[in-house]
Amino acid sequence: MMYETDTIAAVASAMSNAGIGIIRISGPDAIVICDQLFQGKVKLSEADSHTVHYGHIVWNHEMIDEVMVLVLRAPRTYTREDTVEIDCHGGVLMMEKILSCVLEAGARPAEPGEFTKRAFLNGRIDLSQAESVMDVIQSKNELALKNSMHQLNGMLSSKIRSFREDIIYEIAYIESALDDPEHISLEGYSDSLLIKVERLMKELDHLIQTADHGTMMKEGIQTAIVGKPNAGKSSLLNVLAGRERAIVTDIAGTTRDTLEEQIKIHGISLNIIDTAGIRETDDLVEQIGVERAMDCMKDADLILYVVDVSKPLDESDDQIMREIKDRKVIVLLNKSDLTPVVSEKDIREYLDCKIISFSAKEHTGLDCLEDHIKEMFFHGDLDMNDEIYITNARHKYALKSAYESLSHTRESILNQMPEDFFSIDLMDAYEQLGYIIGESVEDDLVNEIFQKFCMGK
Amino acid sequence: MSSVVNETYDVCVIGAGHAGCEAALACARLGLKTIIFTVSMDSVAMMPCNPNIGGSSKGHLVREIDALGGQMGINIDKTFIQSKMLNKSKGPAVHSLRAQADKAAYSMEMRSTLQNTDHLTLRQAEVCEILVEDDHITGVKTFSGATYYCKACVICTGTYLRARCLYGDVIEHTGPNGLKAANYLTESLISHGIEMMRFKTGTPARIDSRSIDFSKMEEQFGDERVVPFSFTTNPDDVQIDQVSCYLTYTNEETHKIIRDNLDRSPMYSGVIEGTGPRYCPSIEDKVVRFADKKRHQLFVEPEGLHTNEMYIGGMSSSLPEDVQYAMYHTVPGLENAKIVRNAYAIEYDCINANQLYATLEFKKIRGLFSGGQFNGSSGYEEAAAQGLVAGINAAMEILGREPLILDRSESYIGVLIDDLVTKENREPYRMMTSRAEYRLLLRQDNADLRLSKIGHRIGLISDERYDWVCKKEKLIEEEIKRVKEQRIGANEEVQNLLLSFDSIPLNTGVSLADLIRRPELSYDCLAPIDKNRPSLPQEVCDQVNINIKYEGYITRQLKQVEHFKKLESKKIPDSIDYDDVNSLRTEARQKLKLFRPLNIGQASRISGVSPADISVLLVYLEQGKYQK
Repeated sequence: MMYETDTIAAVASAMSNAGIGIIRISGPDAIVICDQLFQGKVKLSEADSHTVHYGHIVWNHEMIDEVMVLVLRAPRTYTREDTVEIDCHGGVLMMEKILSCVLEAGARPAEPGEFTKRAFLNGRIDLSQAESVMDVIQSKNELALKNSMHQLNGMLSSKIRSFREDIIYEIAYIESALDDPEHISLEGYSDSLLIKVERLMKELDHLIQTADHGTMMKEGIQTAIVGKPNAGKSSLLNVLAGRERAIVTDIAGTTRDTLEEQIKIHGISLNIIDTAGIRETDDLVEQIGVERAMDCMKDADLILYVVDVSKPLDESDDQIMREIKDRKVIVLLNKSDLTPVVSEKDIREYLDCKIISFSAKEHTGLDCLEDHIKEMFFHGDLDMNDEIYITNARHKYALKSAYESLSHTRESILNQMPEDFFSIDLMDAYEQLGYIIGESVEDDLVNEIFQKFCMGK
Repeated sequence: MSSVVNETYDVCVIGAGHAGCEAALACARLGLKTIIFTVSMDSVAMMPCNPNIGGSSKGHLVREIDALGGQMGINIDKTFIQSKMLNKSKGPAVHSLRAQADKAAYSMEMRSTLQNTDHLTLRQAEVCEILVEDDHITGVKTFSGATYYCKACVICTGTYLRARCLYGDVIEHTGPNGLKAANYLTESLISHGIEMMRFKTGTPARIDSRSIDFSKMEEQFGDERVVPFSFTTNPDDVQIDQVSCYLTYTNEETHKIIRDNLDRSPMYSGVIEGTGPRYCPSIEDKVVRFADKKRHQLFVEPEGLHTNEMYIGGMSSSLPEDVQYAMYHTVPGLENAKIVRNAYAIEYDCINANQLYATLEFKKIRGLFSGGQFNGSSGYEEAAAQGLVAGINAAMEILGREPLILDRSESYIGVLIDDLVTKENREPYRMMTSRAEYRLLLRQDNADLRLSKIGHRIGLISDERYDWVCKKEKLIEEEIKRVKEQRIGANEEVQNLLLSFDSIPLNTGVSLADLIRRPELSYDCLAPIDKNRPSLPQEVCDQVNINIKYEGYITRQLKQVEHFKKLESKKIPDSIDYDDVNSLRTEARQKLKLFRPLNIGQASRISGVSPADISVLLVYLEQGKYQK
């Protein structure tokens, strides 16, 4: 549920492992919340507006980071609400850590585009910009949803689905007994519910721990390397990975035919996926690989299209170029050290994008590629994945809220509250878990009741 | 040509079922000249299916109807023959009254109320046409050609529109109980741009009580102390001699007969086109869908004091007559059962209520309202609730007063209507407590506190009733305050009382409220140690007890309501052009254009409209505010 008058927080700086990270907190309790985790010479609630303070973030008696904190009181702020900005030592982990402290202290993770929305609704942004504000909200939401769907670890989403199924079943059982008490009895039910709730709490707690270790999401700009077989895709991956070997982390390939590597270019995280070469084939195993490559292409934020210039373009190239026409693409004319039969002009006929002459063998063109990725990123062409940090935070927040609701249920059972109270908390847990996988409540309960339980008359 | 009858009224109500009666009474009581049409004078407020009023969440509706000044509660209090408070062992929010009615008495009592209400005319005639000029209702025309001009009209046709009743291969083109169907109005409505759809429902057989062996069934009694439905009924007046219901079960043999004859059911052969409700499935549905269940409960309920007919609850069917005999005869106690009326399925025309505003007025035709099964709901109580609201709003429109829109945070009626007009209903809609997200606040015990003020403002609740509710409210508030402040010491008398309720003795003093919150204790049982307790009516004590005991949860829901109210108060102007809001997703745009929600809250509940779409809408509305 989106409240408009509560306090929200998010990472406000561009995602990057370099430089300074900014956490922004906005809303009536922004300053009070930050006072709980800031230790410096002055209390933030006593500080003047528009002042900067040096100090430390300390949470649960643990020193987290050395920070500069900017206190901005309403109305002269971006959102026209009290706002605090915490400048920390950059770094993905640090930003996430501080954000999660802020959330534990009482803020809520901002919805996509929510700062902008508040700025507008509070009269901060010019009316003539309303149109673009609406676009920002909508596109950020679509992206957040996409992040949730595609980047959520597959195991995690299936777990959450199964938790939700368990929960809705129990609610439906209680509710059908309330609606039709003469058909369905709740005699002895609370004992069995207690066992189930405690099991769910344990499993959720485990998930929250996992989330704290930051493995919930695949991070970085989803980058797919595509091309025909033997165009030099794997070489490109090796070159990119090799150059950054020091900070490369391997993510075990989920399928045997796509390989993922996390790399950083100028501090920008990329999750690079090497795909199977695309061509018409009768080989069943290869067909599956090609299908997966096509799927990867659809989900990617950035596509690196590798063309072997020593071989003429064919139907497979046509197919690839049709698919990626309207996407963010960089074309790499590979094997530029050999005699070319394909020129930049040939590609231009189909694609309007950056084309780089490249040789994986001789490492030429690599700087140009890295610079161009950086440029795209800083121009905002690739800024979307900022959402991933906040998505991650939102997920954790939802998991914790769900856990709390289950713990309420447990308390109510132990306090011998009537059964109808259980379903109120269970429903909250169900709703919270739904946020993670992008599913709302709608008519789920009524459907479950009718499907699983035989009602009277 | 001039010999045709012409009459003029303020309001025409089409149909005198549970919705129509409430609509007509509300209008007439507000001083409007009202006429109500029925296809048969003998079918006023008829109960063509189950012989009871109330039940889980439906009992809430009746209490709310009563608190707003409707008739259903008063009528059942006068004509019930057994009564029970359901869910008494559960929380107060789900306590629900259900009373067995003497069907004939119920109908006659309502007819007499209608006939003795000023400004109200009851007329037997089939309305075949509505008259519309410039998108505004101007009157109705009956089968005989008579025209009744009016300023507002309420359609409450129930299951009668192009009705057909089916069992086996028998198809009768009648309304329920063999009454005349209304075969013409649908066409007139369609010609005025109203979209119709088709629903179905069903009813079990009625069996002659002399042919039933009750010794093979479990007898079910009413409550020892009966609680009336109406807040105006003196509880002492409803302590009557009650009749019993009986419980029995189907068995494997019953199920085998049903399975063997499924191909003869019009439901399964595809003859029935209408969508039926999942919550009251026919016995053949239950046997198919819950194949692993060895038996199903059946409730055998009397239809009245002056008839032998017994209603076989739980066994509605559209199987052929011979199969009906065979399957009923397998049930313990029904071996020699004689059927008085066959079970049947009924199909009828109704509308998707997204064509209505929350006032129950048609978006396309001003002055035309509708309520009840016509709107895609099911159940007497759901019908009466809508009829009342539609009637009140017809009156408000004529009188130039503010319409009545109840929201989800103040009543089940609000939930019912909001669901009907903002959701896509694919089956007859039945009320359920799980549909009310703020149900801890919407209890049957506080319906008067929630709604009497509204009923009074409208003009259907007397000053006297209103004054009492205000006084009651004040007494409750003062007593809650006192109970929270009242300290209880750990003296011997207190410890003894606690021990007598198996409650842990005190270490130190606590507030009286703390003790009330213990599950084994209550406001009432602590009376002996509460020396300063004022003498208060029981209904006040009950409210104090509930509010203290469940304070945590109630406070939480109150907070949620606060947020809900904020969204509800953000109105969407009538003139909005959703095509002009560029950033809306296509699905959201289509849904918003279809439903045309009145406010942001309503918009947010439409499936397919995401939170981002709502944000976009908020930004758009803000922009418009300054441009004007």
